[in-house]
Amino acid sequence: MQKGFLQSLLESFYDLLPILVVIGFFQLAVLQQPIPNLLEILIGSFFVLIGLTLFVQGLEMGLFPLGESLAFAFARKGSLSWLLLFAFALGFGTTVAEPALIAVAQEAANVAAEGHVIGSTPQARNDYAFGLRMTVALSVGFAIVIGVLRIVRGWPVQYLIIGGYLGVIIMTFFAPPEIVGIAYDSGGVTTSTITVPLVTALGVGLASSIRGRNPMVDGFGLIAFASLTPMIFVMAYGMIG
Amino acid sequence: MVQNLLRTIWATIADVLPIALIIVGFQSLVIRRPIANMNRVGFGFLYVLVGLAFFLLGLEMALFPIGKLMAQQLAAPEFIMGVQQTGATIHNPDWSQYHWVYIFALAIGFSTTIAEPSLLAVALKAHQVSGGVIGVWGLRIAVAVGVALGIALGAYRIITGTPLHWYIIVGYVIVIIQTLYAPPMIIPLAYDSGGVTTSTVTVPIVAALGLGLASNVPGRNPIFDGFGLIAFASLFPIITVMAYAQISAWWAKPQ
Repeated sequence: MQKGFLQSLLESFYDLLPILVVIGFFQLAVLQQPIPNLLEILIGSFFVLIGLTLFVQGLEMGLFPLGESLAFAFARKGSLSWLLLFAFALGFGTTVAEPALIAVAQEAANVAAEGHVIGSTPQARNDYAFGLRMTVALSVGFAIVIGVLRIVRGWPVQYLIIGGYLGVIIMTFFAPPEIVGIAYDSGGVTTSTITVPLVTALGVGLASSIRGRNPMVDGFGLIAFASLTPMIFVMAYGMIG
Repeated sequence: MVQNLLRTIWATIADVLPIALIIVGFQSLVIRRPIANMNRVGFGFLYVLVGLAFFLLGLEMALFPIGKLMAQQLAAPEFIMGVQQTGATIHNPDWSQYHWVYIFALAIGFSTTIAEPSLLAVALKAHQVSGGVIGVWGLRIAVAVGVALGIALGAYRIITGTPLHWYIIVGYVIVIIQTLYAPPMIIPLAYDSGGVTTSTVTVPIVAALGLGLASNVPGRNPIFDGFGLIAFASLFPIITVMAYAQISAWWAKPQ
């Protein structure tokens, strides 16, 4: 622990302060209502503070070193296929159980049922939601594979991302209109709070252990792929489904 | 409360379990070398788990109920038409009547992004990798401004009922043009910042805002029109982070 716990706690307090100010201002000055359950809000805010502080400490102690040590180990092993298999497993495995994704998939099934794309029985909705979850998880696995391959080969990130944007735009004109909103949103919900530090450390670690790669220019970008491919895959799912 | 805490810890463990299994599997079957400082890393993982559980439980207790209720109330006709007329409905509302909604969207987008743990993680890493050139707060504020603008524009889109894809396509065009001129060092980080902004803190409150608007503005259907705010919140930070780098580079250039 480089920093004292109290100092970390204070920093977390600064991170949280803007939300408290915004909520307080709108409740008291704009909506002009008293703050309900003040005690619960105080206890909850204290939990948020403790949680954020522990998370940041654990980040520096656990997640960052773990991601980097995995990257170094794979670089030392020198086997691209194992690295890509790991990349796929990490992308697929972290996304398939993501609670935010489960919620979005269920909502998408409701939209599809409302728009008479699928039947409105619970069975049909569950099948549709499950298929969608698998689609997004596959697309994130695929994204991490492409992203890792890009770091290893040193391809510039912008061509791939701009190519992906063109893919999104083209798909938009062919996909059923009801699915477009969900597809666009699905890009944002796939990357969870534990995945992001781990994947970032993996990318930076890989870029630092391969000769000729710059950790700043080549190490970042994995998250960008993981939030781009689900949009394309979900629209494709809407077209097939 | 203890029961809730245990339930949240359990949910977090279930969320982390696939990641842990994959790492342990590859570590023992493929890499076959022990991780350096195993105990320290293990404790760090535990800190992250417990920290995240406390964080989520605290949010559920303190911020989400009031934040969600607030988002719904600000979009409700009673508030838009004046508090005294309860049960009023709006016919042909003008988009400018919703000015408090835009201000709320700006403020809540900015403030929830500052508290977003995954953005903090990426900012810490970028600060370390860039050798201190990229400031932790500079990056976080640039991203938070992007999310604030994105959510405000997204709220405007739901209120006016204009098609989502035109906004997103114009946004992409701006990103592509900026990519040509931005310092190459910032480009991958800027692309990444689109994906990290919307996770634990931002999504629930923003989703409530979208749903509140789509169910209260006449002519909107909550099922079809409530989406798109997350997409805006993931697109605009890319633009503001590149703009931040472009302005810093321009500022540093001798005149």
